[in-house]
Amino acid sequence: MLRIWRHAVNNVMLSLTGICAFVTASALFLILGYLIWNGGKSLDWNFFTKLPLSPGELGGGMANAIIGSAKIVALAALIGVPVGFMSGVYIAEFSGKAMANLIRYSADLLNGVPSIVIGIFAWTLLVVPMHHFSAWAGGFALSLMVIPVTLRATEQFLGQIPQSLREGALALGASKWKSVATVIIPAARTGIMTGIILGVARVSGETAPLLFTALNNQYWSKGFNEPTSSLPVMIYTHAMSPYDDWHRQAWAAGLVLLGLVLIANIAARMVLARGAASQRG
Amino acid sequence: MSASPRSGVTGKEESLEGPVSSKQIAQAGPKLRASNVDFFYGKFQALHNVSIDFPENQITALIGPSGCGKSTFLRTLNRINDTIRGARVTGEVVLDGSSITEVDVTELRRRVGMVFQRPNPFPKSIFDNIAYGVRINGLARRSEIHEVVERSLRRAALWEEVKDKLHQSAYSLSGGQQQRLCIARALAVDPEILLLDEPCSALDPIATSKIEELLLSIRDQCTLIIVTHNMQQAARVADLTGFFLMGRLVEFNKTDFIFKTPAKKETEDYITGRFG
Repeated sequence: MLRIWRHAVNNVMLSLTGICAFVTASALFLILGYLIWNGGKSLDWNFFTKLPLSPGELGGGMANAIIGSAKIVALAALIGVPVGFMSGVYIAEFSGKAMANLIRYSADLLNGVPSIVIGIFAWTLLVVPMHHFSAWAGGFALSLMVIPVTLRATEQFLGQIPQSLREGALALGASKWKSVATVIIPAARTGIMTGIILGVARVSGETAPLLFTALNNQYWSKGFNEPTSSLPVMIYTHAMSPYDDWHRQAWAAGLVLLGLVLIANIAARMVLARGAASQRG
Repeated sequence: MSASPRSGVTGKEESLEGPVSSKQIAQAGPKLRASNVDFFYGKFQALHNVSIDFPENQITALIGPSGCGKSTFLRTLNRINDTIRGARVTGEVVLDGSSITEVDVTELRRRVGMVFQRPNPFPKSIFDNIAYGVRINGLARRSEIHEVVERSLRRAALWEEVKDKLHQSAYSLSGGQQQRLCIARALAVDPEILLLDEPCSALDPIATSKIEELLLSIRDQCTLIIVTHNMQQAARVADLTGFFLMGRLVEFNKTDFIFKTPAKKETEDYITGRFG
């Protein structure tokens, strides 16, 4: 009797966990399939080369949003990666324990701030005094989301470097800074790079922080000082519109955005795998 | 340098009759002198009043059971223990007449090299591992580095095995080769003293005997201090041996005396395998 009961419990739990695992995996493939199905129909070469057209005109593309996203994300990485990386190095290698805990905790909280709130913050700080929306403001807002991810990746991978390597470098007459710069960081390089790529890819899909900062633009924006279109905001405005052709464009934009993020993810994993292989020799 | 093999202290055959005091050893010229060293990890005192003179171009072995403080003592000599939070040293260590706390710490560690218990090559090529210390200390011109790398690998008896794969990862070497690589890396910056912290404990007997041969071959260029839990190893390579127990230096003498006629009962008990 007891054996049958155990058997039943075992089967129920096994199916339950198996089904949940299946749901997790299929969510990605459903989204991917749905996007390819709907976006693939609307995706053509014009999408990458033409500007959006007014409602009613068929065709057009989102070239300005692709370039705009690239500009904003590059700006975010340029600000966020060095700040996050340096603070990660600081708490992993130099600061005391209490200071490290404080900074790590702050980074975790920053990571948890809703992205819409980050958008409002950047709006108050940059858009209001400058009196206009800009790629600067958008890049700044996204950089606040890059910082904590980069910091945690840096700290985590530096923390995995064995103490014996640090002592090995110091014992040869390296100063603390030199040992960190020439042995510890290079040893953790691939892990840190992977974390950064994943973090930057993650924020490239953020919409809310850009709504109040970079806003949008139906045309090309010159430099970084004008309202700038981006793929996520473009998806948002096009999907909300009443026009069928705009809906199709939104699907295509969604597919392109997801494609870019997936490529970044796969690239990150390849970097990591190659790094691990070269360290094993 | 007058130190042909087995000259210096052990060369004076007539003085082998009785225990040598530190003073007699000092006549050979202490390269490094530790006086009244106490060491604390937080509140725990790991070393009690340790004083040893290390004569130049001799191999000194520090033996004793696990946790006796021999590694801790070794690590105070190049101040690598400074990196441990809550560590505190009192007493004095004098290198060539000046206290090691007055020498710049990076310069001290360049002059007093260290080899660790487990081989710790950097995740770089064999070449870059050896060149590392030379480069960061600015010891050689770019054009001379290759020469320094070859000379160091030859001194560590590793050149023949790696000369065709200098640009492969150091991790591609076996454990014993990695440890000789670490010795070559330490020798590349021309240290006056080399500290070895149980360098063979992770190695098999063949790799161990290669390292021991290597130590004997470099002792005329370098003062060696080796911590080992392997008494046979101390007997095989060391000119002088110090026996540590519970954070104290129990006995320090020529190796023959320590192993044949130890003065203290604790030493005898340890040597004969009654504990430890």
